[in-house]
Amino acid sequence: MQGTRERTADGRETMRINMGPQHPSTHGVLRLELEIDGEIVVSCRPIIGYLHTGIEKTMEARNWFHAITMTDRMDYLNPMGNNLAYALAVEKLFDCRIPERAVVARVLLAELTRINSHLVWVGTNAMDIGALSVFLYTFRERETLLDLFEEASGARMMTSFIRPGGLAMDFPDGWMQRCKQVVDGLPARIDEYEGLLTHNPLFKERMIGIGKLAADDAMALGVSGPLLRASGVPQDLRKLHPYCGYETYDFRVCTATAGDCYARYQVRIAELRESVKLCQQALARMPGGPVRTDDRKVMPPLRAEFQHSMEALIHHFKHYTEGLRPPAGEAYAPVESPRGELGFYVRSDGTGKPVRIHSRAPSFANLQALPLMAKGMLIADLVAIISTVDPVLGEVDR
Amino acid sequence: MNDLLINLARSLVLVAIVMTAMPYTTWFERRVMSWMQCRVGPNRVGIFGLLQPLADGLKLLFKEDITPAKAERVLFWFAPTIALFAALAAAAVLPFGPTVHIAGADVPMVVADMPVGLLYLLGMSSLGVYALVFGGWSSGSKYSLLGALRAAAQVVSYELILGLALVGVVLVHGSLSLGDIVASQQKMGFWTILLQPVGFVLYLLAACAETNRAPFDLPEAETELVAGYHTEYTGMRFALYFIAEYINMFTVSALAATLFLGGWSGPFWPGPHWLLLKVGLFLFLFVWIRATLPRLRYDQLMRLSWSTLLPLGLLNIVITAVAVVALQ
Repeated sequence: MQGTRERTADGRETMRINMGPQHPSTHGVLRLELEIDGEIVVSCRPIIGYLHTGIEKTMEARNWFHAITMTDRMDYLNPMGNNLAYALAVEKLFDCRIPERAVVARVLLAELTRINSHLVWVGTNAMDIGALSVFLYTFRERETLLDLFEEASGARMMTSFIRPGGLAMDFPDGWMQRCKQVVDGLPARIDEYEGLLTHNPLFKERMIGIGKLAADDAMALGVSGPLLRASGVPQDLRKLHPYCGYETYDFRVCTATAGDCYARYQVRIAELRESVKLCQQALARMPGGPVRTDDRKVMPPLRAEFQHSMEALIHHFKHYTEGLRPPAGEAYAPVESPRGELGFYVRSDGTGKPVRIHSRAPSFANLQALPLMAKGMLIADLVAIISTVDPVLGEVDR
Repeated sequence: MNDLLINLARSLVLVAIVMTAMPYTTWFERRVMSWMQCRVGPNRVGIFGLLQPLADGLKLLFKEDITPAKAERVLFWFAPTIALFAALAAAAVLPFGPTVHIAGADVPMVVADMPVGLLYLLGMSSLGVYALVFGGWSSGSKYSLLGALRAAAQVVSYELILGLALVGVVLVHGSLSLGDIVASQQKMGFWTILLQPVGFVLYLLAACAETNRAPFDLPEAETELVAGYHTEYTGMRFALYFIAEYINMFTVSALAATLFLGGWSGPFWPGPHWLLLKVGLFLFLFVWIRATLPRLRYDQLMRLSWSTLLPLGLLNIVITAVAVVALQ
């Protein structure tokens, strides 16, 4: 056996092993440098950058409109949420008003994507600790959600559907009924997953008391989202800094106190149910009217208007030759992504190209808590812990 | 001379049966799991995908055989054959049916009905551990080594539970020969499971662990150790481990059927079909468990073995022994 031999504080010999970046359960290309004593993790150092694609830089090299398509690719489990955060930031620069229908539709779409992301999480978490079937059940439901996205936006994952100024287009006929059917069917499915996991003694044995994270440590490390709420801090941007009218919806911030893997599981399952409620409320109150703002500086007119409006044609021409031209200034818009606080900081100098776009990605901050949670745990626990951090490496590396 | 021929023929038939059962166990597992997981499963090669195992075997046969640079070559090459040998040899004492008359000779449907069949079977299955330990250690990879260490610890502790579960059965029937145990159950008119329910449950748990099946499949825990002790194996060497695992599944199922469910005897027309039916039931149970339960952690597995199952097994033996003596 080759490898560096080192010793722990009490003189025991340890082994240094490498986990990832090609490893089935590091959720992408996360690499961990582990120092283990037998199977106990002495130290764990996450090494990131294997998925660095220069997304932020690319955004700055293109125009404001092109940048939308980059946002989906950062957190591919939460495309609509990322679209939304970027759109909100750009709209702050313009200070424009969004049609009511688009605002409600944004809540609906953001919550559908949250369900989508949490479904993937429940499935992969169960699979990581060896319960294979749950993964296929959650993906069965996720499939129905992706079908809805595809029908509305034309793409299953890289939707680019929420844009500065509203939505790309209105929903197709009958989409709302089909959406309601899917959403109404979800609680029974969630019961099914819970039946397999929540009270399963083996599952509890693997999750309770594993990877504890104290509220203070979590706050100090900038952890947010379900990971923080599972440590007992009721921080949810939808309540703290409501956007898109979240303050008018009836939902609860799900928290747990234990701060272990099982608490994170409970929080995410509860959030699934809350998101279903939010979707139902949004569907029930969906008003009529346009989904695109008529502020021509923010959104180009539709083709149909060219026939009778010279101005529409001019706006269209300006839009596609110069791109969006937000007034000079800077803005930051945070939203609650399934992983935590996702924010876009944008700065404009009044030209068609962004000066700076930076994304405050929740996975990046949350991953910092991994070494703390992993210390003293077994390798098998490490898999469960990584999974409950729920990192999306596309967002970590950008 | 005639005896020798008959013995040879019986051995060949056994190998043929076991080696046919093995690929179809994989097919069965994949189909049943697919059915449980809302998938289709292999259904393209042959009707219902029945030729899929052959296609898989062919594929593995043509794969490149890689030996890692840091491997201990001799052991690395040799280890998988130990696995297969132990698995096949263990199946030799399984009685498949009553004695039949072929060409004027009485042929019992078992390769070797030894008076100490059970001990032999336990011994052979212990031998299988060496395949895992040697394979993992000689690969020269840390992940394989961890897998091998887990395998050694797990199999050694569950061997004990397996042994304890079987002692109860032996006490009830007063014999270590599998043939005698089936005959004794026929004479009693009911199956051992009624007398040894605790032993049966212990046996099932230990059998899962012994064959490295979920939820005790730690040595090959995909999500943690990539593939455990056989991470570095490719092609047919890799396949040998798998063949051995599935033959072991078949053997422990057949043993469970023989010891606890009357073996080849049934309410009518006793014969091998009863044994196969019961084996099928156990295999289904194994697959069902695998599709449902999460994997235990290494220390939890050990705790379960030493602090729960071991005392339970001992208690079972004491109670059984007292009852046997009292009833005599």
